[in-house]
Amino acid sequence: MNAPLYDLMSSLQHARPELLLAAFALLAAVIGAWGGQRVFGLLSLLGVIVLAGAGALAYAFSPVAPATIFQGAMVVDGVGVFAKVLIALSAAATLALGADHFTRANDKRFEYPVLIVLAVLGMFVMVSAQDLISLYVGVELQSLSAYVLAAWRRDDAHSSEAGLKYFVLSAISSGLLLFGSSFVYGFTGSIHFDAIAAAVDEGAGGIGLIFGLVLMLCALGFKMSAAPFHMWTPDVYEGAPTPVTAFFAAAPKVAAVALMARVLYEPFGGMEDQWRQVLVALAAISMVWGSVAALLQTNLKRLMAYSSIGNMGYALMGLASGPEHGPASALLYLALYLPANVGIFALILAMRRDGAPAETVADLAGLAQRRAWMAALFTMLLFSIAGIPPFAGFMGKLVVFTAAVDAGLVWLAVLGGIAAVISAAYYLRLLASIWFAAPAPALQRASSTVAITATVAAALTFPVLVLALGAMQRWAETAARMWF
Amino acid sequence: MSEFFAGWPLLSIVTFLPAAGALWVLAARAMLRGDNAGFDQGVRVITLIVTIATFVVSLIAFAAFDPNAVGYQLVENVPWAFGASYAMGVDSLSMALVVLTTFLTPLCILASWTIEKQVASYMVLFLLLETLMIGVFCAQDIILFYVFFEAGLIPMFILIGVWGGARRVYAAFKFFLYTLLGSILMLVAIVAMISISGTSNIDELTRYAATTGFDPSLQIWLWLAFFASFAVKMPMWPVHTWLPDAHVEAPTAGSVVLAAILLKMGGYGFLRFSLPMFPDASHFFTPFVFGLSVIAIVWASLVAFRQLDMKKLIAYSSVAHMGFVTMGIFAGNAQGIQGAIFQMISHGVISGALFLCVGVVYDRTHTREIAFYGGLVNRMPVYAAIFLLFTMGNVGLPGTSGFPGEILTMVGVFQVNAWVAAGAALGVIFSAAYALTLYRKVALGNIENPKLDGITDIDAREWVIFIPLIIATLVMGFAPSYVLDFTNSSAEAIAAAFAGAAP
Repeated sequence: MNAPLYDLMSSLQHARPELLLAAFALLAAVIGAWGGQRVFGLLSLLGVIVLAGAGALAYAFSPVAPATIFQGAMVVDGVGVFAKVLIALSAAATLALGADHFTRANDKRFEYPVLIVLAVLGMFVMVSAQDLISLYVGVELQSLSAYVLAAWRRDDAHSSEAGLKYFVLSAISSGLLLFGSSFVYGFTGSIHFDAIAAAVDEGAGGIGLIFGLVLMLCALGFKMSAAPFHMWTPDVYEGAPTPVTAFFAAAPKVAAVALMARVLYEPFGGMEDQWRQVLVALAAISMVWGSVAALLQTNLKRLMAYSSIGNMGYALMGLASGPEHGPASALLYLALYLPANVGIFALILAMRRDGAPAETVADLAGLAQRRAWMAALFTMLLFSIAGIPPFAGFMGKLVVFTAAVDAGLVWLAVLGGIAAVISAAYYLRLLASIWFAAPAPALQRASSTVAITATVAAALTFPVLVLALGAMQRWAETAARMWF
Repeated sequence: MSEFFAGWPLLSIVTFLPAAGALWVLAARAMLRGDNAGFDQGVRVITLIVTIATFVVSLIAFAAFDPNAVGYQLVENVPWAFGASYAMGVDSLSMALVVLTTFLTPLCILASWTIEKQVASYMVLFLLLETLMIGVFCAQDIILFYVFFEAGLIPMFILIGVWGGARRVYAAFKFFLYTLLGSILMLVAIVAMISISGTSNIDELTRYAATTGFDPSLQIWLWLAFFASFAVKMPMWPVHTWLPDAHVEAPTAGSVVLAAILLKMGGYGFLRFSLPMFPDASHFFTPFVFGLSVIAIVWASLVAFRQLDMKKLIAYSSVAHMGFVTMGIFAGNAQGIQGAIFQMISHGVISGALFLCVGVVYDRTHTREIAFYGGLVNRMPVYAAIFLLFTMGNVGLPGTSGFPGEILTMVGVFQVNAWVAAGAALGVIFSAAYALTLYRKVALGNIENPKLDGITDIDAREWVIFIPLIIATLVMGFAPSYVLDFTNSSAEAIAAAFAGAAP
């Protein structure tokens, strides 16, 4: 057997999760074209299973040492596996929510599960990218699927606007990413991360390389909606159908953070002094703006958009705190933050009146008197995302604060703390509506999918993840240590 | 007794028994789909039983505790993440506060018997609150401490906001955000301490501070961060402004818990962390704290004098009394610290009782306005007598539990700074002025307001609430050594740690 073929065979073995996703997406597209609306439920169910299966495969075959595949284009390593599991599980949950929502709305277009799975495939490629080409391909596969999903309700002006806005602005950021990559290639002479890292260590590049790196950082900041590259987020979150928003708020964030961790610490690990200040600035602006700008929002989805901007700030604070704790704390933060995020969207979807999910804070009024169970779940999830103990969200803040203080970024931790108090004010507004306001008109009964998702999410925020935190932390740190 | 319970996780049982009760109520609610009067009554009874059981278990822990031994007892330790662990343990200071908490909670439940709105939710939140309050005093890991300390805001926020008075939403927000801002800075300081010392166990941190010690210039910052949290909680002037709002708007039992227990977390924090862990900074800031304490005592007393609302008056008197506590703590000698601890426990009983006294008439008339009342002694002689006893306790009359704490803190401070003691003594006079004026306006004279003609004296349930409080006030007043001998070991240890760093 010749070398390239041998490489291919062993690569395919390592790429089982990606192959599963790709196979499903292609098959489902064919089946859907033939079956139309009738197969929407089946394909969605299979999609959930495939996504969960891809996560399980990634975890089951997690390597002991990094395995480079496809002739150095991709790598399977600890950080990638950790991110893939998070992406797969959160995407599976949001796909289930979406299937339920679109079935009720009688909008059963089969492309929905296909696009979600394709986007997840793009994210899997992103988090295992080992050169600039696969990085770009992964980002684009994810983004192209996302544009279509954002404009899902094409007869609705808001949704079309969201899709268009997302597309135009995202195209600019993709341009920045390519432009930056070309600088990096030009000044280091390679697209492979390890070759770039070697060139950086030898002192290649200078100002041109920094220029390229900063452009790439801007583009990635855009993808993860870190301020000041967040402008698209509130509009897209508001315009897209709620389950799509739930998807946007979860899996792509993990992919973007994991990719950024990889880019910063692998090829550009030797330039930490140069990029750290950029990251610190992104973190500080995101945390502050994510909390201040949300104070006056009344639309739930816009509010969650600012909430995710702020939370990306905390993840970036973790990421900025050096090779020892940076990647591990950022990933751990996301793992602890995501359940609350998914759960809150599930509850927003559960709050239906006249066939439409809740839109504004006032829609939640008096929930505690109508649906005590949902109110209890909401309370847990909101306090978790606000970072109040004993919930998982607090543990996440603790993780990144610890990382930042260890790295000497005490002022950033203090700023993060103050931003957390400001953001608590708007989470409390939701809670005040739920608990203190007089009841709004009656709700429709929540479907079991939504109820189960929200309950599982709440159980994860407390006590499951809190009790399992030790094990999670060991996993994240072992994963991150593979790089160094 | 203590042999039989050796090896039992008594502290965890005390802490989590109320939470288990909360789950019980939730399960009953889910299964019985309870929303009728009979179910509500059942929930009240269950909650009362659970809180009494918690009190009994805390007494068992109290019996198993040896007050003469040095260091933490009844220790439990299960490793968790970050090198932190689920570590529980008490010394005599925390044991006393645990018993205070478990003693007062059943009385609060009895006082909440008149709540009609969303009874099950109310009781569940109250039980969770009890778990969190006990946990604060039992936690021996600084992260665990923070978790309990901060999580207590959640049930209190909802209790104030749902079952409170007219401006309850405003008060709930103010309470939550004010205290959160205070404690988030402490979180960063905690993280820094763990990063430097390599341990999160409170016992080990104290030992680290005594041997290696945190760098004095860093101590200043750490001390300030902890101060931000505890001063808000205490509350000290000028960060006390959340307290009158929260007290006034909270339901009666909420006010009792706030005044009697939640405020004590500030004093507990100073004693547990600030003094032994940052002794140099504590010495440095002593004049600052003395200044704030005297301002709090004098100024809050004067403000209390001008209040038109009964609860607000008592809230300001709490601010003044907490001034004695901070003053005694930072006197740093055994008398001052003993006095502060005693004052904390005594204030827990007396201010709790005073809020319950307000609750009694509020339940009957639904107003707390002082001008509404007058001449209650004519219609409610027993009530007037009880109210008089606790008013006297508030003033610090010898023979009530209010006296030993005040006199000890003043003796302690006098040795350090006579002027501060003189200022505090001024506050004692003022406290007599406002407390007696309140009593005169509410209870004495003739009934002028025709709406009070039909008011009834206290009933059997209210008797049951007040009797334990009366006994506690008088016993601690006539035989303060029961408490003082018990807390002596902790006070000596803290004073020694503080004195060790004297400049």
